[in-house]
Amino acid sequence: MLKETHQAEIDDILSRYPVKRSALLPLLYLAQRAQGYVTEPAMQEIAGILKLTPPQVYETATFYTMLNLKPVGKFHIQVCKSLMCALVGSDTLIAWIDTKLGIRPGATTADKLFTLSAVECLAACGTAPMMQINDDYYERLTEDKLDRILADLRQTGASSLKTGPFMWPEPSGAKS
Amino acid sequence: MPTYEPILLKNMQQPGYGGSLADYERTGGYQALRKVVGKVSPSDVTAVVMKSGLRGRGGAGFPTGVKWGFLPKDYQGPRYLCCNADESEPGTFKDRQLIERDPHQLIEGIVIACYAIGAASSYIYIRGEFVLGAKILEQAIAEARATGYVGKNILGSNVTIDVWVHRGAGAYICGEETALLESLEGKRGLPRVKPPFPATHGLYNKPTVVNNVETLANLPHIMTRGAEWFASIGSPPKSTGTRVFCVSGHVARPGNYDVPMGITFRELIYDQAGGMRSDKKLKAFIPGGASAPFLTPDHLDVKLDFESVAQAGSMLGSGGVTVMEEGTDMVWAALRLMEFFYHESCGKCSPCREGSSWLVQVMRRIVNKRGQMSDLETLTDLCKNIAGRTVCAFGDAEVAPIMSTLKHWRHEYVTLIHAAETANLIRPEAVGRH
Repeated sequence: MLKETHQAEIDDILSRYPVKRSALLPLLYLAQRAQGYVTEPAMQEIAGILKLTPPQVYETATFYTMLNLKPVGKFHIQVCKSLMCALVGSDTLIAWIDTKLGIRPGATTADKLFTLSAVECLAACGTAPMMQINDDYYERLTEDKLDRILADLRQTGASSLKTGPFMWPEPSGAKS
Repeated sequence: MPTYEPILLKNMQQPGYGGSLADYERTGGYQALRKVVGKVSPSDVTAVVMKSGLRGRGGAGFPTGVKWGFLPKDYQGPRYLCCNADESEPGTFKDRQLIERDPHQLIEGIVIACYAIGAASSYIYIRGEFVLGAKILEQAIAEARATGYVGKNILGSNVTIDVWVHRGAGAYICGEETALLESLEGKRGLPRVKPPFPATHGLYNKPTVVNNVETLANLPHIMTRGAEWFASIGSPPKSTGTRVFCVSGHVARPGNYDVPMGITFRELIYDQAGGMRSDKKLKAFIPGGASAPFLTPDHLDVKLDFESVAQAGSMLGSGGVTVMEEGTDMVWAALRLMEFFYHESCGKCSPCREGSSWLVQVMRRIVNKRGQMSDLETLTDLCKNIAGRTVCAFGDAEVAPIMSTLKHWRHEYVTLIHAAETANLIRPEAVGRH
């Protein structure tokens, strides 16, 4: 139960809004973080906290693509496939991932480590092709970089190749 | 090549600038707030912004001061400011940089805007994928709160202005201001029927202003350096100031360029962004994000200001310029954008919900060489029945890629359809029809 484990955080979230329902997305995020995806009992509990009906929670939860109503792999790879990325090779990136992990968009590896999704624009068009894995952005991807990122994630669960704080182009020393 | 003084990206281009409160104060940060809060009347702040000619940087380009002026003067209850940081227009990536590299510039702008419109609370609605950006903003707000720039009794002035970060969860439509408000209220992000406008019935049905990140980030500079200074930059009187243009696609140096409005596309693409990435010539470009109709090399000398781009048959929109080289399949490009709109249609209005699905199907058929000539009429007919027939501007946006590619590169559609006809000579519906 979220209330037992995250009471302080729930109170903090609720204190930010004059109307309780506004806390719905933050609480759904909290539930997702706690359990890996948004479970039905969690949605029922959130309905109770916010004095909403379960369908009111469900109708909101189903609208937003970032809320997973089903379990995903430990690393959720989201490759941007919108035009700006596609112009400079996002389809190739998706093919590389298929070769390396054996998964197409929508699938999860057998070891439940990686889920691949092809998603729409992630606002990193100047540094395409790019992908987001869990919370982190990885940009200006090459096959070599992808190999290193996947190896890092397998070994340590994190990769130093993640990008941000974002600035592109990087300032040249000569600029005033 | 001419160089211009950047406004919004100036701080972050300094070596060693990390975006902390100390860094920001060293470059003169929060001086505008000190000058304004409790010392200049809110209506005078609005007057300065009006005089500066600042127009919304999110896409619609509505004059910011005028928007603020729509708030009811005599209303006694709470008012709200929402900062639109839902940056999700394909081709646009400036807000992310403004947030992650110089968060205090934005926060100072938000507090000034709140002061001007009399709002005690503001929410930064940031797209859910910007996890790092949200974290950076939370930290920066905490720093600002501890120093007395945000929160109760700002700088001893008895003015209370609070700033909160609210994360979206992956819906393009929540960049539309009324959908943003719905989402912030914990509902599905469906745009509202207007009127009433947010100025009178916004967040929780209270008077509300929604401004884009880049719009708000300009405010400290306008308050410090004056309306006349700002109005002298760019393409006065209607397009003042600089814009952070986001250049993507087949250019040598993609990225964000903070340049005065009114320079030409040629200058932005060839001087600032280093020209094409290879020997291949420019074939097409999108001037203002995915919602803006495609333009051709003939339009390279069009000026980057609201009126000039509109006159050329497109729009300056969010300032996302995407460049495509010779060899790019324009039907494929339009399909890619159409798939985006199909995925992101919120489903409220039938012309958009059903129409986007039909458009994708017909476009896929043509790209896969299974189309027929009558498909072109179907496309045009569908587009005409979507644009202008929906609650929000999404309907007009989604038909832009197809309508504009049909206008400029109709022969590419025809070539694909001819290929289909050659390949499918014995298909019954293809015989005897053309």
